Amino acid sequence: MTIDKSMSVLIVDDYKTMLRIIRNLLKQIDFNNVEEATDGSEALAKLRSNHFGLVISDWNMSPMTGLQLLQEVRADARLKTLPFIMVTAESKAENVVVAKQAGVSNYIVKPFNAETLREKIEKVLGNG
Amino acid sequence: MADPYQGPAVIPQAILAERLAAIRQRYPEAEPEAVAEIVRAVVSSMRGDLSAQETSLLSEIEELGRTIASAKAEIAALRVDDITGSDIPFATDELDAIVAHTAAATEAILETCETLDQVASDLNGPAAAQLQDATTRIYEACSFQDITGQRITKVVTTLKAIEAKVAHIVAAFGRPEGAPIVTPERELAAAGLDEAALLNGPQLPAAAMDQSDIDRLLASFD
Repeated sequence: MTIDKSMSVLIVDDYKTMLRIIRNLLKQIDFNNVEEATDGSEALAKLRSNHFGLVISDWNMSPMTGLQLLQEVRADARLKTLPFIMVTAESKAENVVVAKQAGVSNYIVKPFNAETLREKIEKVLGNG
Repeated sequence: MADPYQGPAVIPQAILAERLAAIRQRYPEAEPEAVAEIVRAVVSSMRGDLSAQETSLLSEIEELGRTIASAKAEIAALRVDDITGSDIPFATDELDAIVAHTAAATEAILETCETLDQVASDLNGPAAAQLQDATTRIYEACSFQDITGQRITKVVTTLKAIEAKVAHIVAAFGRPEGAPIVTPERELAAAGLDEAALLNGPQLPAAAMDQSDIDRLLASFD
């Protein structure tokens, strides 16, 4: 299966430097259609008003966390199958389990490298 | 064989238990004054001549009492206002400055890197690939700023917890009669610091799961 790299990708992080890093790494693997949000609620509004093919979200944000965003996405009839990758410094097993139970598509622990990002994206988009 | 030890007349156990229950009712929290009162109640219940062993015990209790009084005085004399008013705010300001300076440096590095990326896109052949590979490594390395920022936030939270605990110790030993005891846990809860128990931020490398551990854990759900 070929990945459509023209799809819109929403990246969510309350730390703008991290958004900039992820955007640049995505650009290097040919995902150029990237939107940003700085917390879960802003992301949810964008997801509900536009069409995205993938969400890459941090966990620890305020007021709406990445986990809450994931739960909202999975509870939304239109968004519930949207591929959702959590990228976070939260690396305890209980975090991974909670995210998985909430329906996360994959989980990347910070700090990560470009190869890990590419590999997880390919996996959740059906080419891994 | 008769017990050679003839100790002083002791108060019946039931009465002692009754007194302790009454004290517990009056002081639901374990306060130093309550402990002192219990000791006084026990000592005052003793009757008759004391043996050498008991005299030694009493002497040790008196010494313990003096040590507690001295500790109370030292704790009460702690200049807790210095800790809460200047020491900890100074430390947290310094840490905030570290975050701000490294963030500015990271932004400058990223900007330069984006320029190099632009140059790479205009090149062809091995040089372009080599340049892009180098910029990828720089982007990856720049994520340190996010991790160090989160680590510093954890340190600031710890400093605030220490501040709350110091205030609790001073309040417990030097507080006015009848004032309520405020435990560090209650202070932290009031400050909203016990929320999001799941979120711990970056782990130290020795305690952290790496990506391969997480991949294995995720695969166990399949």
